[in-house]
Amino acid sequence: MTQMTYIGAIGAAQREALTADERVVVIGEDVEANVYGTTGASRQRAEEGDFVQMFGKNRVRNTPISEEVIAGAAIGAAMTGLRPIVDLSYSSFLYLAMDQFVNQAAKSRYMFGGQASIPVVFRSAMFYSLNAGAHHADRPYPMFMNVPGLKVITPASPADAKGLLLSAVESDDPVLCFEAVPLWGTKEEVSEEEYRIPFGVARTVREGGDVTIVAISGSVMDAVAAADELAEEGISAEVIDPRTLVPLDSEAIVKSVEKTGRLVIAEPAHRTCGAAAEISAIVAEEAIHALRGPILRVTAPDMQIPFSPVLESLLYPTKEKILDAVRRVCGEAPQEKRSGEPKAYADAKDAPQ
Amino acid sequence: MALSDEFLLEMHRRMVRIRLFDERASKMVKRGHIPGTVHTSIGQEAQVVGACMALEDDDYMTGNHRSHGHPIGKGSPLGPLMAELVGKATGICKGKGGSLHLADFSVGSLGESGIVGSSIPIATGAGLSSQVLGNKRVSLAFFGDGAANQGCLYEALNLAGAWKLPVVYLCENNQYALSTPAHTVTSGRIADRAAGFGIPGVRVENGQDVLAVYEAVSEAVRRARAGEGPSLLEVVTYRYREHSEGLRINVDYRDEAERETWLSQDPITLFGRVLVERGVATADEVDALEKEIAEEVEESVRFTNESPYPEAEVAFEDLYTDPHTSEVVR
Ligand SMILES: Cc1ncc(C[n+]2csc(CCOP(=O)(O)OP(=O)(O)O)c2C)c(N)n1
Repeated sequence: MTQMTYIGAIGAAQREALTADERVVVIGEDVEANVYGTTGASRQRAEEGDFVQMFGKNRVRNTPISEEVIAGAAIGAAMTGLRPIVDLSYSSFLYLAMDQFVNQAAKSRYMFGGQASIPVVFRSAMFYSLNAGAHHADRPYPMFMNVPGLKVITPASPADAKGLLLSAVESDDPVLCFEAVPLWGTKEEVSEEEYRIPFGVARTVREGGDVTIVAISGSVMDAVAAADELAEEGISAEVIDPRTLVPLDSEAIVKSVEKTGRLVIAEPAHRTCGAAAEISAIVAEEAIHALRGPILRVTAPDMQIPFSPVLESLLYPTKEKILDAVRRVCGEAPQEKRSGEPKAYADAKDAPQ
Repeated sequence: MALSDEFLLEMHRRMVRIRLFDERASKMVKRGHIPGTVHTSIGQEAQVVGACMALEDDDYMTGNHRSHGHPIGKGSPLGPLMAELVGKATGICKGKGGSLHLADFSVGSLGESGIVGSSIPIATGAGLSSQVLGNKRVSLAFFGDGAANQGCLYEALNLAGAWKLPVVYLCENNQYALSTPAHTVTSGRIADRAAGFGIPGVRVENGQDVLAVYEAVSEAVRRARAGEGPSLLEVVTYRYREHSEGLRINVDYRDEAERETWLSQDPITLFGRVLVERGVATADEVDALEKEIAEEVEESVRFTNESPYPEAEVAFEDLYTDPHTSEVVR
């Protein structure tokens, strides 16, 4: 075991994958210089452990800034014998290649009656909470959950980042890996052994009996912090991180809700048609009789992300917002009726100038 | 280029296959035996076959929406293609692709795209895998003059040019994108656009001559295989029929005289004559070959008719490779 950061774990997984299988290539903008810190042992190009030195430019390649052809070429390469890992850096850039994701990656195998398999991983990072402005702060994973044929993963810890990414590389289907930049610096003990985390198996981060908090991506750490604080108040919260959204471990979620009778879902994406909406629907369909209160979602509002730190920080789920939701659903907070407008918003207008 | 008699006969055979297959498909659409619509390559056979036969059997190819001919040109048997058009279980894509999405991986056909231009990046990626794996396979992307205005072509030309990928980009300029004449929406010549990427751009004016196409594509394939990188070819041709049969477009956007001129340059008639002139076959032998193919097409229809429709379960298969995910998402 070694202490690894989230970003370090992704680098370690990529290195293991490139070492293990000659067919694995890493392509993307600025991957040769290790700009994003996942294609070298260190950030310094010249230092030992640089991927280009280790694997050569045939297998670690800078692409032009051409997201559509990068995505499409990776699909074609995957159909014909390579196992590409594509670094699309900011998740916002996936939109430029939407046609390739939706019409080619997702549909080709099905349309061609199983003749194609497309073992490709698309990595991208969600740079939210970093005052990057609306063009760089997207959390677009829910859109892709809506596309049958893609697998969608959202690792929320260093150990999961490594284990899930290696499973993704071994998957014969296209996988979109959404990495949360707010988690990049988080550290934990990660095994240096080869290990895999299977898709479709949720992680129970905290066990508890009073309320289930399903948390996704960057919201997991906030949910855990909330659970710790709730424990002091005598509320026992179970925190579940689905880890993979397609396939989704709905069984683990439903089981937990059947035990606790309450559900709060936290995620950094927008509210409408987000992962939280889908999970709410599943629980409503399958475990409504177990519910002792309303399902509550803690999400970003359906609003673009403003630049000013004062404004941006209002929009994402936080420990406090999760606490607030849990207290409400547990009946511990004043039962004021919520307006349609998310609370953070009302606060924004009232915020001291 | 000394091509064997057998090779020349095979060229003719494949062109006739495409012609008769598409004529039959067109009839079947009109009678309601094929659901939806079909886009035929009738009139464009020379460029399809000239290009496909410049490739080796294990080279890759991607098509577009007008692509029954492409797998046929690459040597695909007709039965599973025809069955696919009708949506039968024995279809090459198990009845889940249809006319717009034929693919036959066994002949290197990586599939067609109903999204104009969208398969161009896929062919580019096949070139990347050949290069990384060092297997010398070339990949060819077919697309129309309409598709030539999609941005992804230029992203692909740049990437393939920069990386010297073994890819041939072949624009089938049949001069119309649906009802829109190419020259009204296309600035400059398509082949000239290659210059901006530092790669050869070749315009084949006599695209109805299968040997002219074969020669131009062979040179592009040779360069690609030798590691010299991609080429852009523009082959001038003409589509005889409607853009999409079954769509019933009732506007006249093509001039009758123009059509007559192109009909007088029919690629199959022209090449039949070449075969006789060169002493490869007698006129009777050419006729006999055409009859043989007509029978092959009928056989594909019989095969289709005798084939069952897919079981309902098939609708839920082939989305993912692994059973776990397939189970969970159902
Ligand atoms: C992205 C996209 N836009 C529009 C269409 C509708 N459409 C289908 S074929 C076609 C014309 C294509 O022309 P061209 O690329 O020249 O090919 P051709 O039909 O002439 O072979 C159009 C507009 C489509 N299928 N995909």
